[in-house]
Amino acid sequence: MKKFSSLLQNLILTPSRNTKIKLLQDYFNKLDINRAYALAILSDQLSFQFIKASKLRELVYEQVDQHLFDYSYDYVGDLAETISLIWPTKKEGKSQNLSTLIENIKKIKKSEINTEFSKILSELSNNERWTLIKICTGGLRIGVSERLVKTALADLYNKSVNEIEEIWHGLEFPYENLFQWLKNETSKPKIDFKKLFHPMMLANPIDEEKDFKRLNANEFQAEYKWDGIRVQLMVSSNSVSLYSRTGDNISSAFPEIIETSKGDAVIDGELLVGGNFKPSGFNDLQQRLNRKKASKDLQKKFPVFIRAYDILFYKEKDLRKLPLVERRKYLEKFQKENTTNQIDLSTIINFSTWEELTKYKNNFYDDLNEGVMIKLKNSEYLPGRKKGYWYKWKKNPKLVDAILMYAQRGHGKRSSYYSDFTFGVWKENELVPIGKAYSGYTDKELLVLDKFIRNNTTNKFGPVREVKKEIILEVAFDDVFPSTRHKSGVAMRFPRIHRIRWDKPINEVLSIKEFKKEFKID
Amino acid sequence: MDFINHQLFIKDINVHIDPILPKKTAIITHGHADHARFGHDHVIATRQTIDIMKIRYGDKCAKKFTPLRYGQKYSIKNYDFTLHPAGHILGSAQVLVEKNNHRLVITGDYKVGKDETCKNFKLVKCDTLITEATFGLPIFQHPDPKDEIQKLIRSVKINKNNCHIVGAYALGKAQRVMNLLRQQKYSETIYIHGSLEKLCQYYSKEKIDIGKFEKVSSKDKNFYEGKIIIAPPSALKDRWSRRFPNPIICMASGWMTVKQRAKQQGIELPLVISDHSDWNELLDTIKKSKAKNILITHGQEDALVYYCKKQNLVSKPLSIQGRSDEEIE
Repeated sequence: MKKFSSLLQNLILTPSRNTKIKLLQDYFNKLDINRAYALAILSDQLSFQFIKASKLRELVYEQVDQHLFDYSYDYVGDLAETISLIWPTKKEGKSQNLSTLIENIKKIKKSEINTEFSKILSELSNNERWTLIKICTGGLRIGVSERLVKTALADLYNKSVNEIEEIWHGLEFPYENLFQWLKNETSKPKIDFKKLFHPMMLANPIDEEKDFKRLNANEFQAEYKWDGIRVQLMVSSNSVSLYSRTGDNISSAFPEIIETSKGDAVIDGELLVGGNFKPSGFNDLQQRLNRKKASKDLQKKFPVFIRAYDILFYKEKDLRKLPLVERRKYLEKFQKENTTNQIDLSTIINFSTWEELTKYKNNFYDDLNEGVMIKLKNSEYLPGRKKGYWYKWKKNPKLVDAILMYAQRGHGKRSSYYSDFTFGVWKENELVPIGKAYSGYTDKELLVLDKFIRNNTTNKFGPVREVKKEIILEVAFDDVFPSTRHKSGVAMRFPRIHRIRWDKPINEVLSIKEFKKEFKID
Repeated sequence: MDFINHQLFIKDINVHIDPILPKKTAIITHGHADHARFGHDHVIATRQTIDIMKIRYGDKCAKKFTPLRYGQKYSIKNYDFTLHPAGHILGSAQVLVEKNNHRLVITGDYKVGKDETCKNFKLVKCDTLITEATFGLPIFQHPDPKDEIQKLIRSVKINKNNCHIVGAYALGKAQRVMNLLRQQKYSETIYIHGSLEKLCQYYSKEKIDIGKFEKVSSKDKNFYEGKIIIAPPSALKDRWSRRFPNPIICMASGWMTVKQRAKQQGIELPLVISDHSDWNELLDTIKKSKAKNILITHGQEDALVYYCKKQNLVSKPLSIQGRSDEEIE
């Protein structure tokens, strides 16, 4: 545990990619028993059923005054680090093996979690405690991607990182077959690819100035970019399952898809809400997200369907190395053979110049699509965000000027900076908040805003600071909906700070009435 | 205690403590720039603080200086002032003000822990305590500085082809790091950024053991392999630090407790060495001072105010203009 936690500490503090790779390699090279655990943790595949963030808070409140903890958490901006530092008993018992420790924790009975896990936390050093809590809450945020871990392993054993990538999702803890193959003791693990989740092919944003000059429009086709959630549907004669973009199995939340799907294929598509294949917007889709199950009533009120973009397997055939246009033929064939009310095909937009495509990007379907996807006609299906094959071209965002009202400290790499901003527009002589944003600004703008907030706080509500009403933010957002949950009656989708309007006086900001009128909200 | 306002100003006799702007009479707790400023008519401070002000701002940085020994009384009308060791840096002092049997202590910046580079903190009992709160959160529990300095020494031993650049404030922290290295038997020459030279010479003159040091010069690049260089934090990001071979960027500061903070600043080897009291020391000082009235300045006041109120002490934050948290030396 000591070694692993100092590995994590070094990884988080090392800016250099090469040094990170070297640190990983040194660790994987030496330790035999623990490295499988390390690999599982670094690729975010290890968690404890009963110990999540809420449980950890409960445990720390048993030890420390709640207000003092909250002040500290607000300052640090990272749950694991706050708990590890504030934890009052520091016995520092004998350091345990990573593997032993994890197995011991797994054995704890649910009824004994509070005492047993607290005891373990008390026996660790600050750094080990931090590591263990990070493992529990998942998402290490130490500046090491899964890809970097694979790269380190590949370099260490003279394999190509793509080879590891290919079999990755078929591997299981404790990865015996992986390590044996890496050390050339066995051949590459055989994986039944069809049954696996396949990491999805993702697009890069297009650079209008550079890319359109460089790319030949004839080699590309386009499709609309739909604002739903990207899914992978695996269907065969005896099972159907649905996966999210991150590889989570979300079958149980969408029973109508599972019950109706037919055929034998792996399909890539967008899950949307709407009847008769007419999407009704992200706001409706949200009613179906983050649920484990969907009642009949909910299914009726917010019906879902899949708009299919691509096909990876057709019966026994692996289509991933075929060009996109060839895959499309298989996709159409699949659709014809297995027509249901839950799957339709994404429309192909043909165009001969980039200019021609512009009008599709901005106008078509009014607000229901987010822009267009531009895909190289002969692209293979490649996992990840490879450059040069698929591009996304989003509609210009909507913009509104609003007044900075409140600020809160951020988390992760922005911890301790005031980086979460609530902004509002006028309602008669008062301001009413219309949204909250924590991205979009440059590092420099963040420093300016942070300083302004510290020097111009007029009121504090716990961690939230109210500030002098002087700063106007130009906020970009994808869409805005009516909402009964917010005082202003509106909810924005993906608001972010576009720039600071130093030039504009605050009395020129819109009223909520004008705002609703401009963005057509009744 | 009504005689002092939230700007640490005693109106009755026109005396300020650590004022930001030029004033008639200023009592200065210590030489850091957020406490000691240029241009007062009359400065009252320890001899060492006055020396340090003269080194930093020139001999004429005030019209008149009155040096006080620790414990030496200085009276203006019916106000009696004495200075007491604060243990923060060389010359640092707490100010005790006595008027009509009311005792008020302004701690200035202080630390309770041991430090060979200055006179150690002395607890002064009082009725009203104005305490700093730089590290006024229970997450701040400073480790033993010896262990931290050992981390640096170990890293120097392991990474023979790198040089270690340690960010440390030019006054106080830099010399403390040097002294800690000497305590741990590191006997090599320590290389320093030019801006530290005069202050290091002054510490040596005051018989503080900081050992042999030398200003960094334009020597052959590889000369600095395996060496320790001490520089002010501002120089770490500067072009200045790029001239060295494979530098490992270190920082000696209480803020280094928080990993994310170290990461934000690009620090590879954080050393938690602080010249301020940590949470437990703050609580302990408040308790032992026997003060019933606690005013809190500098830093994370909220948690400490909350704590004091829970102990049935009268407490409120003093927000002193011109100082925001986290910019404190």
